[in-house]
Amino acid sequence: MSKYSRQELFTPIGADGQLRIRGAKVFVLGAGALGSSGAEMLVRAGVGELTIVDRDILEWSNLHRQQLYAEQDVVEQLPKAAAAERRLRQINSDVKIRGVVADVTPENVLELFEGHDMVLDGTDNIETRLLANDACLQLNIPFFMGACVGSYGLTFPIGVAEEQPCLHCLLEVLPPQSLTCDTVGVISPIVVTTAARQVAQLLKYVTGAELDPRLESTDLWTDERASMEVKNMKKSSCPSCSAQPSHPFLSASEVVRTAVLCGRDTVQLTWPKNRQVELAPFADSIRETVSNLLHNPYLVSCEYNDHRLVLFRDGRMLIHGTKDITEARKIAAGLLG
Amino acid sequence: MGKTIDLNGKSYSVVPEVETVQQLLEHLELGNRILIVEKNKEILQKDSYDAPIMDRDQIEIIHFVGGG
Ligand SMILES: [Zn+2]
Repeated sequence: MSKYSRQELFTPIGADGQLRIRGAKVFVLGAGALGSSGAEMLVRAGVGELTIVDRDILEWSNLHRQQLYAEQDVVEQLPKAAAAERRLRQINSDVKIRGVVADVTPENVLELFEGHDMVLDGTDNIETRLLANDACLQLNIPFFMGACVGSYGLTFPIGVAEEQPCLHCLLEVLPPQSLTCDTVGVISPIVVTTAARQVAQLLKYVTGAELDPRLESTDLWTDERASMEVKNMKKSSCPSCSAQPSHPFLSASEVVRTAVLCGRDTVQLTWPKNRQVELAPFADSIRETVSNLLHNPYLVSCEYNDHRLVLFRDGRMLIHGTKDITEARKIAAGLLG
Repeated sequence: MGKTIDLNGKSYSVVPEVETVQQLLEHLELGNRILIVEKNKEILQKDSYDAPIMDRDQIEIIHFVGGG
Protein backbone atom coordinates (compact mmCIF):
# COMPACT_ATOMS: atom_id res chain seq x y z
CA MET A 1 0.00 0.00 0.00
CA SER A 2 1.35 3.40 -0.95
CA LYS A 3 2.29 5.95 1.69
CA TYR A 4 -0.16 8.35 0.12
CA SER A 5 -3.10 6.00 -0.50
CA ARG A 6 -5.46 7.79 1.88
CA GLN A 7 -4.62 11.12 0.30
CA GLU A 8 -5.19 9.70 -3.19
CA LEU A 9 -8.53 8.25 -2.09
CA PHE A 10 -9.65 11.80 -1.40
CA THR A 11 -11.39 12.41 -4.74
CA PRO A 12 -10.37 16.06 -5.36
CA ILE A 13 -6.72 14.96 -5.20
CA GLY A 14 -6.71 11.42 -6.62
CA ALA A 15 -3.69 9.76 -8.22
CA ASP A 16 -3.26 12.65 -10.63
CA GLY A 17 -3.24 15.23 -7.83
CA GLN A 18 -0.71 13.18 -5.91
CA LEU A 19 1.61 13.28 -8.91
CA ARG A 20 1.30 17.04 -8.98
CA ILE A 21 2.04 17.25 -5.25
CA ARG A 22 5.08 15.07 -5.88
CA GLY A 23 6.27 17.56 -8.46
CA ALA A 24 6.00 20.59 -6.15
CA LYS A 25 9.07 22.43 -4.87
CA VAL A 26 8.05 24.45 -1.83
CA PHE A 27 9.96 27.13 0.03
CA VAL A 28 8.99 27.50 3.70
CA LEU A 29 9.88 30.97 4.95
CA GLY A 30 10.65 30.55 8.65
CA ALA A 31 10.94 27.46 10.87
CA GLY A 32 9.06 28.81 13.87
CA ALA A 33 5.51 27.88 14.74
CA LEU A 34 3.72 28.24 11.38
CA GLY A 35 6.78 27.04 9.46
CA SER A 36 7.10 23.89 11.61
CA SER A 37 3.48 23.02 11.33
CA GLY A 38 3.18 23.76 7.61
CA ALA A 39 6.44 22.03 6.69
CA GLU A 40 5.45 18.86 8.55
CA MET A 41 2.11 18.68 6.71
CA LEU A 42 3.77 19.25 3.33
CA VAL A 43 6.47 16.66 3.93
CA ARG A 44 3.89 14.09 5.02
CA ALA A 45 1.80 14.97 1.95
CA GLY A 46 4.81 14.02 -0.19
CA VAL A 47 5.90 17.20 -1.97
CA GLY A 48 8.97 16.75 -4.15
CA GLU A 49 11.30 19.24 -2.54
CA LEU A 50 11.10 21.47 0.51
CA THR A 51 13.52 24.19 1.56
CA ILE A 52 13.07 25.68 5.02
CA VAL A 53 14.97 28.78 6.11
CA ASP A 54 15.30 30.38 9.54
CA ARG A 55 17.71 32.75 11.25
CA ASP A 56 17.19 31.72 14.87
CA ILE A 57 18.36 29.10 17.32
CA LEU A 58 15.96 27.11 19.47
CA GLU A 59 14.84 28.28 22.87
CA TRP A 60 12.81 26.60 25.60
CA SER A 61 9.95 29.02 25.03
CA ASN A 62 9.53 27.66 21.47
CA LEU A 63 8.62 24.10 22.38
CA HIS A 64 4.98 24.58 23.34
CA ARG A 65 4.04 25.44 19.75
CA GLN A 66 6.88 24.57 17.36
CA GLN A 67 6.06 20.97 16.68
CA LEU A 68 9.21 19.85 14.86
CA TYR A 69 11.43 20.25 17.93
CA ALA A 70 12.18 18.40 21.14
CA GLU A 71 14.04 19.24 24.34
CA GLN A 72 17.35 17.79 23.13
CA ASP A 73 17.39 20.21 20.19
CA VAL A 74 17.27 23.11 22.65
CA VAL A 75 20.01 21.59 24.82
CA GLU A 76 22.22 21.33 21.72
CA GLN A 77 21.39 24.95 20.81
CA LEU A 78 20.60 23.91 17.28
CA PRO A 79 19.51 26.45 14.72
CA LYS A 80 15.84 25.87 13.93
CA ALA A 81 16.57 25.25 10.25
CA ALA A 82 19.07 22.48 11.09
CA ALA A 83 16.77 20.80 13.63
CA ALA A 84 13.84 21.10 11.22
CA GLU A 85 15.84 19.52 8.39
CA ARG A 86 16.81 16.58 10.62
CA ARG A 87 13.27 15.96 11.85
CA LEU A 88 11.61 16.36 8.44
CA ARG A 89 14.01 13.83 6.89
CA GLN A 90 12.99 11.35 9.60
CA ILE A 91 9.33 11.90 8.75
CA ASN A 92 9.49 11.23 5.00
CA SER A 93 12.59 10.16 3.11
CA ASP A 94 10.82 10.64 -0.25
CA VAL A 95 11.15 14.39 0.03
CA LYS A 96 14.32 16.28 -0.83
CA ILE A 97 14.69 18.50 2.23
CA ARG A 98 17.11 21.36 2.78
CA GLY A 99 17.39 23.50 5.91
CA VAL A 100 19.10 26.88 5.48
CA VAL A 101 20.33 28.91 8.46
CA ALA A 102 19.99 32.46 7.21
CA ASP A 103 18.18 35.72 7.61
CA VAL A 104 16.05 36.44 4.56
CA THR A 105 17.01 39.91 3.33
CA PRO A 106 16.60 42.03 0.21
CA GLU A 107 20.10 40.87 -0.78
CA ASN A 108 19.44 37.14 -0.75
CA VAL A 109 15.69 36.64 -1.07
CA LEU A 110 15.54 36.12 -4.85
CA GLU A 111 18.47 33.71 -4.79
CA LEU A 112 16.80 31.74 -1.97
CA PHE A 113 13.34 31.56 -3.58
CA GLU A 114 14.56 30.81 -7.11
CA GLY A 115 13.85 27.26 -8.28
CA HIS A 116 10.80 26.87 -6.06
CA ASP A 117 7.18 26.78 -7.23
CA MET A 118 5.69 28.65 -4.26
CA VAL A 119 6.44 30.11 -0.83
CA LEU A 120 4.67 29.23 2.41
CA ASP A 121 4.72 32.03 4.98
CA GLY A 122 6.14 31.10 8.37
CA THR A 123 7.81 34.40 9.21
CA ASP A 124 7.07 36.42 12.33
CA ASN A 125 6.97 39.99 11.05
CA ILE A 126 5.19 42.10 8.46
CA GLU A 127 8.39 43.57 6.97
CA THR A 128 9.63 40.14 5.89
CA ARG A 129 6.16 39.32 4.55
CA LEU A 130 6.28 42.42 2.35
CA LEU A 131 9.76 41.43 1.20
CA ALA A 132 8.47 37.94 0.31
CA ASN A 133 5.44 39.49 -1.40
CA ASP A 134 7.74 41.54 -3.67
CA ALA A 135 10.08 38.64 -4.35
CA CYS A 136 7.24 36.24 -5.22
CA LEU A 137 5.65 38.81 -7.53
CA GLN A 138 8.97 39.33 -9.28
CA LEU A 139 9.50 35.56 -9.67
CA ASN A 140 5.83 35.06 -10.57
CA ILE A 141 5.18 32.38 -7.94
CA PRO A 142 2.39 32.32 -5.32
CA PHE A 143 2.88 33.32 -1.70
CA PHE A 144 0.63 31.66 0.87
CA MET A 145 0.54 34.27 3.62
CA GLY A 146 -0.30 33.36 7.19
CA ALA A 147 0.15 35.09 10.53
CA CYS A 148 -0.99 34.47 14.09
CA VAL A 149 -0.71 35.81 17.60
CA GLY A 150 -2.64 35.03 20.78
CA SER A 151 -5.61 32.91 19.68
CA TYR A 152 -6.03 34.85 16.42
CA GLY A 153 -4.76 34.03 12.96
CA LEU A 154 -5.22 35.18 9.37
CA THR A 155 -4.43 33.87 5.90
CA PHE A 156 -4.30 35.30 2.40
CA PRO A 157 -3.02 33.54 -0.73
CA ILE A 158 -1.24 35.88 -3.16
CA GLY A 159 -0.57 35.24 -6.85
CA VAL A 160 -3.18 32.49 -7.22
CA ALA A 161 -5.72 34.33 -9.40
CA GLU A 162 -5.83 36.93 -12.16
CA GLU A 163 -6.41 40.49 -11.04
CA GLN A 164 -6.12 39.91 -7.32
CA PRO A 165 -4.54 42.34 -4.86
CA CYS A 166 -1.15 41.66 -3.29
CA LEU A 167 -0.21 42.14 0.37
CA HIS A 168 1.08 45.64 -0.37
CA CYS A 169 -2.31 46.58 -1.89
CA LEU A 170 -4.02 45.57 1.36
CA LEU A 171 -1.61 47.41 3.64
CA GLU A 172 -2.03 51.05 2.69
CA VAL A 173 0.34 52.25 5.38
CA LEU A 174 3.12 50.26 6.92
CA PRO A 175 2.55 49.28 10.52
CA PRO A 176 4.73 50.93 13.15
CA GLN A 177 7.34 48.67 14.73
CA SER A 178 5.46 48.20 18.00
CA LEU A 179 2.50 46.54 16.29
CA THR A 180 4.62 43.78 14.84
CA CYS A 181 5.86 42.73 18.28
CA ASP A 182 4.75 39.41 19.54
CA THR A 183 4.26 40.39 23.14
CA VAL A 184 0.82 38.98 23.92
CA GLY A 185 1.77 35.31 23.65
CA VAL A 186 0.32 32.63 21.42
CA ILE A 187 -1.38 29.25 21.83
CA SER A 188 -0.61 26.26 19.64
CA PRO A 189 -4.18 25.58 18.39
CA ILE A 190 -4.20 28.81 16.37
CA VAL A 191 -0.79 27.97 14.92
CA VAL A 192 -2.04 24.63 13.67
CA THR A 193 -5.33 26.11 12.42
CA THR A 194 -3.60 28.88 10.49
CA ALA A 195 -0.97 26.56 9.02
CA ALA A 196 -3.68 24.05 8.07
CA ARG A 197 -5.53 26.71 6.09
CA GLN A 198 -2.32 27.81 4.33
CA VAL A 199 -1.44 24.23 3.42
CA ALA A 200 -4.97 23.44 2.22
CA GLN A 201 -4.78 26.47 -0.08
CA LEU A 202 -1.34 25.37 -1.29
CA LEU A 203 -2.56 21.83 -2.03
CA LYS A 204 -5.59 23.19 -3.86
CA TYR A 205 -3.33 25.38 -5.97
CA VAL A 206 -0.90 22.55 -6.74
CA THR A 207 -3.66 20.12 -7.73
CA GLY A 208 -5.36 22.69 -9.94
CA ALA A 209 -8.51 23.16 -7.84
CA GLU A 210 -10.30 26.48 -7.95
CA LEU A 211 -8.88 28.79 -5.29
CA ASP A 212 -10.63 31.99 -4.29
CA PRO A 213 -8.11 34.50 -2.89
CA ARG A 214 -10.02 35.58 0.21
CA LEU A 215 -8.62 37.28 3.27
CA GLU A 216 -9.70 35.14 6.21
CA SER A 217 -9.31 35.31 9.98
CA THR A 218 -10.23 33.15 12.95
CA ASP A 219 -10.08 33.63 16.70
CA LEU A 220 -10.24 30.26 18.42
CA TRP A 221 -10.79 31.75 21.89
CA THR A 222 -13.60 34.21 21.15
CA ASP A 223 -14.96 32.03 18.33
CA GLU A 224 -14.98 34.98 15.91
CA ARG A 225 -14.24 34.61 12.22
CA ALA A 226 -14.22 36.69 9.08
CA SER A 227 -13.83 35.98 5.38
CA MET A 228 -13.57 38.85 2.93
CA GLU A 229 -13.73 39.13 -0.82
CA VAL A 230 -10.93 41.67 -1.38
CA LYS A 231 -10.64 41.60 -5.19
CA ASN A 232 -11.54 45.26 -5.60
CA MET A 233 -8.71 46.28 -3.25
CA LYS A 234 -6.19 45.73 -6.05
CA LYS A 235 -4.53 49.06 -6.71
CA SER A 236 -3.49 49.83 -10.27
CA SER A 237 -0.76 52.07 -8.81
CA CYS A 238 0.63 49.47 -6.38
CA PRO A 239 4.47 49.64 -6.45
CA SER A 240 4.61 45.87 -5.88
CA CYS A 241 2.06 44.41 -8.32
CA SER A 242 1.19 47.07 -10.92
CA ALA A 243 2.09 46.70 -14.59
CA GLN A 244 5.40 48.51 -14.01
CA PRO A 245 6.34 47.45 -10.50
CA SER A 246 9.35 48.83 -8.63
CA HIS A 247 9.29 46.10 -5.92
CA PRO A 248 10.40 48.61 -3.25
CA PHE A 249 11.06 46.01 -0.55
CA LEU A 250 13.76 44.36 -2.65
CA SER A 251 16.07 47.38 -2.41
CA ALA A 252 19.01 46.45 -0.23
CA SER A 253 21.50 48.44 1.80
CA GLU A 254 25.17 47.59 2.06
CA VAL A 255 26.14 48.42 5.64
CA VAL A 256 26.15 46.43 8.90
CA ARG A 257 22.44 46.22 9.51
CA THR A 258 20.90 46.26 12.94
CA ALA A 259 17.49 45.09 14.08
CA VAL A 260 15.84 44.92 17.46
CA LEU A 261 14.04 41.58 17.55
CA CYS A 262 10.49 42.15 18.65
CA GLY A 263 9.47 41.14 22.14
CA ARG A 264 12.78 39.37 22.57
CA ASP A 265 15.11 41.84 24.26
CA THR A 266 17.65 41.02 21.56
CA VAL A 267 19.56 43.00 18.95
CA GLN A 268 20.73 41.45 15.69
CA LEU A 269 23.79 42.74 13.86
CA THR A 270 24.34 41.60 10.28
CA TRP A 271 27.67 41.98 8.53
CA PRO A 272 27.69 42.35 4.74
CA LYS A 273 28.98 39.37 2.77
CA ASN A 274 32.51 40.68 2.24
CA ARG A 275 33.06 41.35 5.95
CA GLN A 276 31.97 38.09 7.49
CA VAL A 277 33.65 36.51 10.50
CA GLU A 278 34.95 32.91 10.40
CA LEU A 279 33.52 30.85 13.28
CA ALA A 280 36.52 28.70 14.31
CA PRO A 281 39.14 31.50 14.58
CA PHE A 282 36.56 33.67 16.32
CA ALA A 283 35.85 30.95 18.91
CA ASP A 284 39.59 30.52 19.53
CA SER A 285 40.16 34.23 19.90
CA ILE A 286 37.51 34.69 22.59
CA ARG A 287 38.12 31.50 24.60
CA GLU A 288 39.87 33.36 27.45
CA THR A 289 37.51 36.32 27.48
CA VAL A 290 34.07 34.71 27.62
CA SER A 291 32.27 32.00 29.57
CA ASN A 292 30.04 29.09 28.53
CA LEU A 293 31.57 29.00 25.07
CA LEU A 294 29.84 26.64 22.65
CA HIS A 295 30.98 26.06 19.08
CA ASN A 296 29.13 23.87 16.58
CA PRO A 297 29.13 23.86 12.76
CA TYR A 298 26.44 26.52 12.64
CA LEU A 299 27.33 29.02 15.34
CA VAL A 300 29.45 30.21 18.22
CA SER A 301 27.58 31.06 21.40
CA CYS A 302 28.94 32.51 24.65
CA GLU A 303 28.31 34.71 27.69
CA TYR A 304 30.08 38.06 27.78
CA ASN A 305 29.48 40.98 30.16
CA ASP A 306 26.17 39.45 31.31
CA HIS A 307 24.93 39.09 27.72
CA ARG A 308 24.46 35.95 25.71
CA LEU A 309 25.94 36.30 22.23
CA VAL A 310 25.43 34.05 19.24
CA LEU A 311 27.43 34.41 16.02
CA PHE A 312 26.09 32.54 12.99
CA ARG A 313 28.04 31.36 9.96
CA ASP A 314 26.10 33.71 7.68
CA GLY A 315 27.50 36.79 9.42
CA ARG A 316 24.80 37.58 11.94
CA MET A 317 25.28 38.11 15.65
CA LEU A 318 22.44 38.05 18.16
CA ILE A 319 23.05 39.96 21.37
CA HIS A 320 20.54 38.93 24.01
CA GLY A 321 19.59 41.00 27.02
CA THR A 322 19.46 44.41 25.37
CA LYS A 323 17.21 46.45 23.10
CA ASP A 324 19.82 49.17 22.73
CA ILE A 325 21.52 49.09 19.33
CA THR A 326 24.42 51.28 20.45
CA GLU A 327 25.10 49.06 23.44
CA ALA A 328 24.89 45.99 21.20
CA ARG A 329 27.41 47.44 18.77
CA LYS A 330 29.71 48.23 21.71
CA ILE A 331 29.48 44.66 23.03
CA ALA A 332 30.21 43.22 19.58
CA ALA A 333 33.12 45.60 19.12
CA GLY A 334 34.44 44.50 22.52
CA LEU A 335 34.90 40.98 21.19
CA LEU A 336 35.64 41.58 17.55
CA GLY A 337 38.07 44.45 18.18
CA MET B 1 -33.11 51.13 22.01
CA GLY B 2 -29.66 49.51 21.62
CA LYS B 3 -28.43 48.22 18.29
CA THR B 4 -27.43 44.62 17.72
CA ILE B 5 -25.06 43.81 14.89
CA ASP B 6 -23.38 40.74 13.53
CA LEU B 7 -19.67 41.21 14.27
CA ASN B 8 -17.24 38.64 12.87
CA GLY B 9 -19.97 36.02 12.88
CA LYS B 10 -21.27 36.70 16.39
CA SER B 11 -24.16 38.73 17.70
CA TYR B 12 -22.86 41.93 19.29
CA SER B 13 -24.71 44.62 21.26
CA VAL B 14 -23.44 48.08 20.36
CA VAL B 15 -23.16 50.49 23.31
CA PRO B 16 -25.20 53.68 22.76
CA GLU B 17 -22.19 56.02 22.45
CA VAL B 18 -20.85 54.05 19.46
CA GLU B 19 -22.50 55.48 16.36
CA THR B 20 -19.96 55.04 13.57
CA VAL B 21 -17.54 52.39 12.35
CA GLN B 22 -14.61 54.51 13.57
CA GLN B 23 -16.12 54.70 17.06
CA LEU B 24 -16.66 50.94 17.02
CA LEU B 25 -12.99 50.36 16.13
CA GLU B 26 -11.91 52.63 18.97
CA HIS B 27 -14.31 50.93 21.37
CA LEU B 28 -12.76 47.56 20.40
CA GLU B 29 -9.29 49.08 20.93
CA LEU B 30 -8.43 48.51 17.28
CA GLY B 31 -8.20 52.23 16.45
CA ASN B 32 -4.47 52.24 15.64
CA ARG B 33 -4.19 48.79 14.09
CA ILE B 34 -3.69 48.00 10.44
CA LEU B 35 -7.04 46.54 9.50
CA ILE B 36 -9.66 46.00 6.83
CA VAL B 37 -13.35 46.52 7.53
CA GLU B 38 -16.26 45.06 5.63
CA LYS B 39 -19.79 46.38 6.19
CA ASN B 40 -22.65 44.38 4.74
CA LYS B 41 -20.24 42.55 2.41
CA GLU B 42 -18.66 45.76 1.04
CA ILE B 43 -15.07 46.71 1.90
CA LEU B 44 -15.02 50.14 3.55
CA GLN B 45 -12.39 52.60 2.35
CA LYS B 46 -10.50 54.32 5.18
CA ASP B 47 -12.25 57.62 4.47
CA SER B 48 -15.64 55.97 4.98
CA TYR B 49 -15.12 54.89 8.58
CA ASP B 50 -17.50 57.66 9.64
CA ALA B 51 -20.30 55.52 8.17
CA PRO B 52 -23.11 55.08 10.71
CA ILE B 53 -23.73 51.70 12.30
CA MET B 54 -27.30 50.51 11.89
CA ASP B 55 -29.20 47.80 13.68
CA ARG B 56 -28.50 44.36 12.16
CA ASP B 57 -25.48 45.54 10.18
CA GLN B 58 -23.10 42.77 9.32
CA ILE B 59 -19.56 43.88 10.11
CA GLU B 60 -16.30 42.01 9.64
CA ILE B 61 -12.94 43.28 10.82
CA ILE B 62 -9.60 41.67 10.02
CA HIS B 63 -6.49 43.15 11.58
CA PHE B 64 -2.94 42.33 10.59
CA VAL B 65 -0.54 40.84 13.12
CA GLY B 66 3.14 40.14 13.00
CA GLY B 67 3.52 36.74 14.61
CA GLY B 68 3.88 33.34 13.13
ZN1 LIG C 1 -0.25 45.18 -4.96
